[in-house]
Amino acid sequence: MNKPIRRVSVFCLILIMALLLRTNWIQGVQADSYANSPYNDRVKYDRYAYPRGNIIVGGQPVTQSNFVNGYRYKYKTGWTDGAMYAPVTGYSSQAYGSNQLEQLEDPILSGTDDRLFFRNTLDMLTGKQKQGGDVVTTINAKAQKAAFDGLGDKKGAAVAIDPRTGAILALVSTPSYDPSTIAGTTDDTAWKSLNADPNQPMLNRALRQTYPPGSTFKLVTAATAFETGKFQSPDDQTDTPQTYTLPGTNTQLNNDSPDEPCTNATLKDALAISCNTVFGKIGAELGSQKLLAQADKFGFNNTVDTPIRSAPSVFPNNSSPDGTAMDAIGQHNTAATPLQMAMVAAAIANNGKLMQPYLVDEERSANSTTISKHTEHEMDQAISPATAQKLQQMMVAVVQDGTGKKAQINGVEVGGKTGTAQHGQGNSGLPFAWFVSYAKVGDNAPVAVAVVVEDGAASSNEISGGSIAAPIAKSVMQAVIGQ
Amino acid sequence: MSVFQLSGRTGGTVGLDSPGAPNRRNTELGLLAFAVLLPTLAYANVGLALDRRLPAGMLEYGLGMGALALVAHLVMRRFAPYADPLLLPLATLLNGLGLVMIWRLDKAGPLLQNNYPAAANQLLWSALGVAFFCAVIVLLKDHRVLQRYTYISMAAALVLLAAPAFFPARASDFGAKIWIHLGSFSIQPGEFAKIILAVFFAGYLTANRDALALASRRVLGLYLPRGRDLGPILVVWLLSILILVFETDLGSSLLFFGLFVVMLYVATERTSWIVFGLLLSVAGAAFVGSTENHVKVRMNAWLDPLAAFGAHPPPGSTEQIGQALFAFGTGGVTGTGLGQGRSWLIGFAAKSDFILGSFGEELGLTGLMAVFAVYGLIVQRALRTALAARDPFGKLLAVGLGSAFALQVFVVAGGVTGLIPLTGMTMPFMAQGGSSVIANWALIALLLKISDSARRPRPEPTRAVGA
Repeated sequence: MNKPIRRVSVFCLILIMALLLRTNWIQGVQADSYANSPYNDRVKYDRYAYPRGNIIVGGQPVTQSNFVNGYRYKYKTGWTDGAMYAPVTGYSSQAYGSNQLEQLEDPILSGTDDRLFFRNTLDMLTGKQKQGGDVVTTINAKAQKAAFDGLGDKKGAAVAIDPRTGAILALVSTPSYDPSTIAGTTDDTAWKSLNADPNQPMLNRALRQTYPPGSTFKLVTAATAFETGKFQSPDDQTDTPQTYTLPGTNTQLNNDSPDEPCTNATLKDALAISCNTVFGKIGAELGSQKLLAQADKFGFNNTVDTPIRSAPSVFPNNSSPDGTAMDAIGQHNTAATPLQMAMVAAAIANNGKLMQPYLVDEERSANSTTISKHTEHEMDQAISPATAQKLQQMMVAVVQDGTGKKAQINGVEVGGKTGTAQHGQGNSGLPFAWFVSYAKVGDNAPVAVAVVVEDGAASSNEISGGSIAAPIAKSVMQAVIGQ
Repeated sequence: MSVFQLSGRTGGTVGLDSPGAPNRRNTELGLLAFAVLLPTLAYANVGLALDRRLPAGMLEYGLGMGALALVAHLVMRRFAPYADPLLLPLATLLNGLGLVMIWRLDKAGPLLQNNYPAAANQLLWSALGVAFFCAVIVLLKDHRVLQRYTYISMAAALVLLAAPAFFPARASDFGAKIWIHLGSFSIQPGEFAKIILAVFFAGYLTANRDALALASRRVLGLYLPRGRDLGPILVVWLLSILILVFETDLGSSLLFFGLFVVMLYVATERTSWIVFGLLLSVAGAAFVGSTENHVKVRMNAWLDPLAAFGAHPPPGSTEQIGQALFAFGTGGVTGTGLGQGRSWLIGFAAKSDFILGSFGEELGLTGLMAVFAVYGLIVQRALRTALAARDPFGKLLAVGLGSAFALQVFVVAGGVTGLIPLTGMTMPFMAQGGSSVIANWALIALLLKISDSARRPRPEPTRAVGA
């Protein structure tokens, strides 16, 4: 009987070998995919198993990791001025995951980033508690507060950029929400009501909502006109009739008031008082392809990773000539995020050079060693310096003599453009009030701003951009330049 | 019978027959000390990891385990002095580690669903198991006595196997009817049936192996048994199918049929039995797999363990296997360390069928390979005992017990790691459950008895005495 017994023992050995091989397969080869599976709750628990790193604004953390010693989660994230910073940080919730910087920078914040490997190993050997790294943002706390307070109860968004570097100085969206109300595991009610709120407090309007830019888009149309050589100087007359009939139709394009001196106005004057006839006609004459090429150079039709990804702003590719006339004044199918319009203003203020907008300046480990630092880079030379100079002149005129007077700051060169965008069926919706601007100190332009306020006025008239949005932009610019 | 005597003798020439051979009890004592020390340190490790201090019950645990091991060892010294020195320490080690892990999962508290403290009870069961072990060692003078009870064993095994089908199942059984519930008390009769069936098969085959082996026709290079000799194997096959159908337990069915085929093969040395057995089991599995919903669900869970997590989990699917895979994956090569994993996420049966998941997560690939190596060693010591046994009944019984143990380990561990479809069986010695721990201690005791008689020096030949 010994021969079969030996064979049986070989068979049993094979069974054990099969188990050993299988274990090697699942715990060696496939271990990572199981360990990091989206269904593996350990990933969630690990994120809050030790102090999470903070998101820093102006040297001060705006998030904290609080030791709550729960059964499953040891730490819970808290916020300072959560509603104000929610569009920047996003939420980091034990139950609902995370978004925006809390999600995109999670490897640093939770300390699992490969670049922290050495430090983590060192901590493990010295018995020190693991701790996530910090993320330093470009946000200017004063500008952020100015924008947030300025928007107040209104629905809207504001973005401020340093035109020289692309650093995002303010990123506000209202109405907002306090992420700490949904940070835990028992915040079901708050989570549901936030998601059901018709005002969409969790929508990041500054980056993710596109609006018809209205008259602020006339800056792009004017830029195209200069860049293509259609006009040479802001003082060129535009050969515009009193009323302009959209090409191929009987539709009359009017100005806000028939009294406005738009007939044959100069470009500068036309921008200052925001003549629809002038820029509609220029747009139709330029054609959609030239406008599209210029809009693309400003960043239209592309997402921007700040690293929070923006929604792409739209300049349409295939409008009919009458549609193009409307596109050129920021109506019809043109749509832009507040970030996009801030980029337009920033490129003009920075002599045509568009810098890549960014929100994260530095990633660092828990002991403040720098892991990575942002290096500025140019997205595009959107317009020539000469064109930029002309547009600056025109924008200054808007603030000095035109629709943007409320953005004037004593002793500072401010250039701006108002916009009041119609929307809704038959333009029945309350208009969106826009204001884009920059401020210059000497030869430096340290700030460009775009502000949009939804349902911006009781009635649809050009004044709303200048009266509602401009003061907010002014206070943001003042906060940045320290006046 | 002369054939048996011959083969018995060749089996006996493994070099331990010489009088005065060392009986290896001191080796056993040394290994036992290690087998007690290791779980005690593991116990301390869990306490330090979870509470940052040595657990209060550490001394009692260590002393308790030590006392149990010592009693078993002393009984061995007196009643089975020549037995294999490895089996007792290996079983002690697994039992001790299982206790630590159950205690560790107790400490997960409400994190583990339906959690209740089970370690104290399990320690009690372990003590009972060791008592049972001692009883077998002391009371069973010679394993050949069991051969007399061949047909009583058969009847007992049938009753044990059939019993769960007549008791109402509980929701917590999850489909498989392998328990008998008496009030708050549950017995898994299959664990005992495994041993009793091995006794029956060994006795039956010792008596009938000639007929089965010699009277056969050669067809296509295979020796086919005569029709009437096919009877018993068909009965056992039918029985295992019935278990599968009425108790919906794939594991037991596989175990019992596999056990029978292996023993038949060893008894007759005819490969045709294996071919025959494989064909029958494939046919049976295919039939039941396509008709029994419970088995189908488990097949699907095996093919796609993560399906249960999706937006539309298939009906009847559970997260269990997926959760176990997450535990294994999270453990990786080195593990999280005892007490530092989150294997309580496995939820249902984390302390019993799925206890390997906790070992995999907290001790890692390294620890799990060591655990499998210990199981492998037990199996190989059992088969070594079979080789060394001097009588055919002892050989067959040892092969039966050893391969049943191997099959059970394979079926459970293979199911938990996703190698084969999951079946409801417990990991010997480690899993929570009284039946399992008592039955397996008895199994080890039987092996040691066979081993003792195999390694015992032969009495001096009468010639020498006469001279």
